[in-house]
Amino acid sequence: MPTDVENWKSEVYGNEIRDRLFEFAEAGFDSIPDDERDAWFERFKWWGLYHQRNGQEGYFMMRIGTPNGVLEPGQLRVVGEIADEYARGPGVNPIFGDVYADFTTRQSIQLHWIELSDVPAIFEKLEENGLSTQQACGDSWRNIVGNPVAGKDGQEVIDAWPVIRDLNERFKGDDDHANLPRKWKVSVTGSADGSGQGDINDLAFEPAYKAVTGGNGGDGDESEDAVGFNVRVGGGLSRNEPRLARDIDVWVPPERVPDVAGGLSALFRDYGDREDRYNARVKFLVDEWGADEVRETLQEEYVDFELESAGRDVREEYTYNAGEGERNDLIGVHDQKDGTNFVGLNVLVGRMGADDVLELADLADEYGSGEVRLSQRQNVIVTDVPDAALDEFLDEPLLEHYSSEPSPFMRGSVACTGTEFCSLSIVETKNRQVRFARWLKANVDLPADVDEFHIHLSGCTASCAQPQIADVSLRGMKTRKDGDPVEALDVGLGGGLGENPQFARWVTQRVPVDEVPGAIANLIESFAAEREEGESFRAFVARHDDEELDAFVDPEETDYEDPMMHNTKRTWYPYAEEDSMEDAPLTPADD
Amino acid sequence: MTTRLRVLDDGAWISVNDDRKVRVSELWRLDAPDLCECALTDLVVENFQSVGADGSTVEVQVYGQCIACGEKGTTGWIPVGRVRGGEFAELDRSAVRRVRR
Ligand code: HEM
Ligand code: SF4
Ligand SMILES: [Zn+2]
Repeated sequence: MPTDVENWKSEVYGNEIRDRLFEFAEAGFDSIPDDERDAWFERFKWWGLYHQRNGQEGYFMMRIGTPNGVLEPGQLRVVGEIADEYARGPGVNPIFGDVYADFTTRQSIQLHWIELSDVPAIFEKLEENGLSTQQACGDSWRNIVGNPVAGKDGQEVIDAWPVIRDLNERFKGDDDHANLPRKWKVSVTGSADGSGQGDINDLAFEPAYKAVTGGNGGDGDESEDAVGFNVRVGGGLSRNEPRLARDIDVWVPPERVPDVAGGLSALFRDYGDREDRYNARVKFLVDEWGADEVRETLQEEYVDFELESAGRDVREEYTYNAGEGERNDLIGVHDQKDGTNFVGLNVLVGRMGADDVLELADLADEYGSGEVRLSQRQNVIVTDVPDAALDEFLDEPLLEHYSSEPSPFMRGSVACTGTEFCSLSIVETKNRQVRFARWLKANVDLPADVDEFHIHLSGCTASCAQPQIADVSLRGMKTRKDGDPVEALDVGLGGGLGENPQFARWVTQRVPVDEVPGAIANLIESFAAEREEGESFRAFVARHDDEELDAFVDPEETDYEDPMMHNTKRTWYPYAEEDSMEDAPLTPADD
Repeated sequence: MTTRLRVLDDGAWISVNDDRKVRVSELWRLDAPDLCECALTDLVVENFQSVGADGSTVEVQVYGQCIACGEKGTTGWIPVGRVRGGEFAELDRSAVRRVRR
């Protein structure tokens, strides 16, 4: 039997939601019929609006999908202005203030406390400036990710940016691909560093060379190496069922990417499970069919040319989130192809106050081209900075806070939304990760040759913070401490991407949150004492069994204090003075 | 009058008549010998799997973990509240809940 969600989608979905959304915005939140709220909130996701959690009725998270994390000159300013004007609500965050933007692990932007009545004005401003929330959530093509510095990166094999732009134009708003069984996450990477993180997406295009007759538009029938993409399908981290995307033995030249991507998206549309949303992601279809059957079905039913077999990839060069080697992230100053530089700045847990967003937009204008890009580690990158402007840019006061040379614990922090706004969450996340990072920076020393250490905190198993690919993975749980229920974290170790990706092993369960910094400190102490010369943390974890690792973790109370030990989900907003559900604000009045 | 019962947002909550009524992240005391060997399961509710009604009683199946012993799994049908005159009343959260047999 199709689910309620499928029934709603078959009635109204995709582009047509917009008119109704605007009608509701016009007539006020209360104009949504009482018995249609679930249906409309589900549909609004397709237009990037996600109802915030219980206690925050009538307020929405708005996600702006920025393909490949690219914000063209002027667009960051628009985001800052929209945040400043519309993303203020009844809750004030003690660390980040009353208005901010979140940069996400899929190179998008999230604003909170958005009211329905403001949506038409926000959409108008976004669209005038080439931005959109279309398909940012919901069951369809999501924001396409990749190496954020595509087209500029000195280490690039092939420029993926035109490919991504083309896919985005074709599949955003395409009615044939608007209603899929579940979200469809695509990654296209052209660089050799693996920074598109294809392995954890539903569909991945990764750079590869292929000897093809005639070559790249060449003249003879000489065989020569063409540059294109290998294809993998069925990655994803959620629901305790992490999967790496599987190699389906296909190589495509850049001009065929839309055919193959569209073919696979149609295959998912037609064969994905619409009866059980928990089994709907394409990763489960790949489990069931195997990679060979995916390839055969694609060939027979969805493309009208002969697929090439996989080419020679560059996976052995992957470093991004690899847990060892150079360039695990894109922080710092790096060469661009054109002789200028891109500068990756650390945004702790991806959250930036609206004033800072506006100031950064100014700096990008002043020192670069005005363009800014977002990475999958929730950081920003200012591109096109000439050598001559570099020193002055790096001396800007804003960069003290958003550093190009952050401490490893600041640099390595990634955190999801958590109980502040998210329905699925078990624990508080972003502010907690900030507190952890600050404490670790003040109290813990890594071995001198280790300058990156990634700690990712997710509030539940949906894994929005990608915990399974960090050195230390933290995931929301509960436990009892002295009999009282408290927020807790499961601790996983040794995850990372790279040539041979590995998900973290969950070695220690249910550590009360106030003992987690002590646990990490003890772990790092054992690592420093027992590692082999030059050994990476990931390699260190790999040569120990779970029991040994559990012993290294060793939870302990320290002078770290956690003000959010209680059930933060039972509050209407964890940081409110009067935080109980009874004190929740009324749904925003229409204005 | 029929009551509309749904699991929404990936199992984050139970909707009763288009209103969010029961949420994940709660701790429930359960008499659920099928799930774990503890005398009482101390279950952290992570995901609702399904919702139904037995007369006026609203029941759910949830995925979660017993924080006393670490056992994980999906429960049988557990009552969470009653619908009377179209209004949902949640059962006392601190009371022991019994899996229907
Ligand atoms: C209102 C807050 C949010 C809600 C309710 C939410 C919901 C979800 C859910 C239900 C999933 C798992 C679905 C599935 O794949 O089966 C998921 C996965 C994910 N979300 Fe979110 N999310 C929220 C915020 C975020 C944020 C802030 C980010 C980025 C920082 C994010 C990025 C992701 C990513 C990367 C995954 C990956 C899971 C995978 O690889 O399969 N989400 N989210
Ligand atoms: S990981 Fe869970 S808690 Fe965090 S944002 Fe995603 S759904 Fe919410
Ligand atoms: Zn138990």
